[in-house]
Amino acid sequence: MAYTTENNQSGLMAKAIKEGIFAGLIAFGMFLLFVGIETYQDINNQLVWRTRWGLLAVFVAVAAIGRFVTVGFIKPHLDARKLAKAKTGVLEISDKKSFFHRHFLKIALVFLLCYPFLAMLIVGRQGSLKYVDNFGIQILIYVMLAWGLNIVVGLAGLLDLGYVAFYAVGAYSYALLSSYFGFSFWLLLPMAGILAALWGVILGFPVLRLRGDYLAIVTLAFGEIIRLVLINWTDVTRGTFGVSGIAKASFFGIWSFDVGAANNFNKAWGLPSSSVYYKMFLFYIILALCMLTAYVTIRLRRMPIGRAWEALREDEIACRSLGINTVTTKLTAFATGAMFGGFAGSFFAARQGFVSPESFVFLESAVILAIVVLGGMGSLTGIAIAAVVMVGGTELLREMEFLKHIFGPDFTPELYRMLLFGLAMIIVMLFKPRGFVGTREPTAFLKERKAVSGSFTKEGHG
Amino acid sequence: MTTGTTTMTKETILKVEHLSMKFGGLMAINDFSFEAKRGEITALIGPNGAGKTTVFNCITGFYKPTMGMITLSRSNGKELLLERLRDFEINKVAGVSRTFQNIRLFSGLTVLENLLVAQHNVLMKASGYTILGLLGLPTYKNAAKAAIEKAEYWLNKADLTDRADDPAGDLSYGAQRRLEIARAMCTSPELLCLDEPAAGLNPKESLTLNALLRDIRDEGTSLLLIEHDMSVVMEISDHVVVLEYGQKISDGTPDHVKNDPRVIAAYLGVEDDEVEEIEEKLDKGIIEEGAV
Repeated sequence: MAYTTENNQSGLMAKAIKEGIFAGLIAFGMFLLFVGIETYQDINNQLVWRTRWGLLAVFVAVAAIGRFVTVGFIKPHLDARKLAKAKTGVLEISDKKSFFHRHFLKIALVFLLCYPFLAMLIVGRQGSLKYVDNFGIQILIYVMLAWGLNIVVGLAGLLDLGYVAFYAVGAYSYALLSSYFGFSFWLLLPMAGILAALWGVILGFPVLRLRGDYLAIVTLAFGEIIRLVLINWTDVTRGTFGVSGIAKASFFGIWSFDVGAANNFNKAWGLPSSSVYYKMFLFYIILALCMLTAYVTIRLRRMPIGRAWEALREDEIACRSLGINTVTTKLTAFATGAMFGGFAGSFFAARQGFVSPESFVFLESAVILAIVVLGGMGSLTGIAIAAVVMVGGTELLREMEFLKHIFGPDFTPELYRMLLFGLAMIIVMLFKPRGFVGTREPTAFLKERKAVSGSFTKEGHG
Repeated sequence: MTTGTTTMTKETILKVEHLSMKFGGLMAINDFSFEAKRGEITALIGPNGAGKTTVFNCITGFYKPTMGMITLSRSNGKELLLERLRDFEINKVAGVSRTFQNIRLFSGLTVLENLLVAQHNVLMKASGYTILGLLGLPTYKNAAKAAIEKAEYWLNKADLTDRADDPAGDLSYGAQRRLEIARAMCTSPELLCLDEPAAGLNPKESLTLNALLRDIRDEGTSLLLIEHDMSVVMEISDHVVVLEYGQKISDGTPDHVKNDPRVIAAYLGVEDDEVEEIEEKLDKGIIEEGAV
């Protein structure tokens, strides 16, 4: 604001105060019942309620002050900076990217390869367990799932709300075949993928003639059917009790990670007995599986089938007029996505040692889809970042002790996970409506590779 | 302009016989028959709502006709009944390619990628249905190179080489029209069907389009086009078929059609002064009785 005058300034302040009060009122209305009143059970096991005016006041104050600061200071500052930039004629987008930006993928890969050892060096052997398992493996499982779903949703534009079904098929394939027949992890990993792909085709055949919302609803139903079958087919799946005592993955059959086994990995290498080595091994397996998913996706995008998927997302009718069999194209997308879901599922079962239908609820599908959308549909890098933010963020909330200083000592940040999540997603979508990486890398070029702006790509209509 | 004198010697590429299409109670096309000759530009014209696009959709497999036969003769002598093929097979097996009235490009893909998608079936075979391609065998690499060369050829023809790496959605309207034609040509069709290729083009763009279409014909692809723009139709067509209310009212060379009073009546309606004009012509004996 180059022409800011005294008058203008005071007008801005008045506006900021007005909007701040307004935001506070809205926050009061919204949180009155959510935060202001709490129900609990008293000593006689009766449900009673009490008020939490203090906490409510903090929520309202945060909203009001936040709005006041945004309108009164942050926005004018940003506007002034934009104006100054426009005046000097500096373009927002410069061609020169920083070293970190250009080599981001290589740096990320090296970091991931060193990550377990770094964690061990910094926080010690037992302390690193949390970082390798809760952060590392957990995030990478979601990265893999989201990359798998990306093929279906991001590339082919088929909205699949039941992706977790294939994850479940993979997990139960490993759990059941390993407990009933004693097959090893390395045999069952590809088998779980193939079985999941098969289910993808079985689901795909009747369903893929539907489009858009209708497809989404039917895939959602399919996810629920698989879960209900797992719950109710008690003879095989043991219902809600789940399958426990699933065999661990072995070091390619050479060493075992079972404590009692003669060829125990830790003993063979003279390492102290600790589960951290198994976790590290699992970390590298899921890292390798993620890399496989990324490699296959990148290669497939440059194949005619991958281009057909993207063309299908852009315009299905045009695809048919060009002689592309849309049914088989959709089926391959579905099956490929399902296959990676199956891989991730069998890995999940091996890591957890226990599977139950509880792990495959609709919320999981929603989280995976949210990661894909948040990352930018079709972009592997964006999706990986989104997975770190979404899954890592959830884990990180458990560590946020400092929030207790603001909201009072009984504040448990995990309980507000979904609230903060929703807030974070709204903020990201406001500023980055196409996800973290909104541009699309072309699969072929004549002279120079130019990223395609997200405003041209379509989301697909099923 | 090629005149109708040579058409008798040319063989038929597309033969539409007794085509009827019913939408509920509406007879959109009623017993419509015509032929398109190989190596010619055949234009299908008619007032709005005459059923031109419906005929097109029947030929290109987007509608299944209620009645009638659509025979396509390929250059290798094979005869195919188009109404029996599935939608994508019309292009894949019969070699009929089309464009759309409301342009349907893959707007998020680059111009080059649009042309590569069009070569899907050739590339698919070369990549061993993806499996061999994933292993990185040279057959696919060579095929991919050839595909890019073919795309370059058509980019050059459509004057889009400079925009090859830009998203298709970023092109101007005229360029998008040309790209859609180039994309259709990348499927190596024997018959190219164009649905109002000149719609929304300015006169200069219209001229370039005429040149492009003639070029395509001279390279051996037959064309069938729907058009409103009479400057395009009369300029480049070898053969014109006129449709009104789902029925054929005229069929012949552009000159013949231009002077057909039924066509004039269909296009301009029969208003007061029009009536006089036609009556005048009737008096002079230019048109036969009962034509209007």
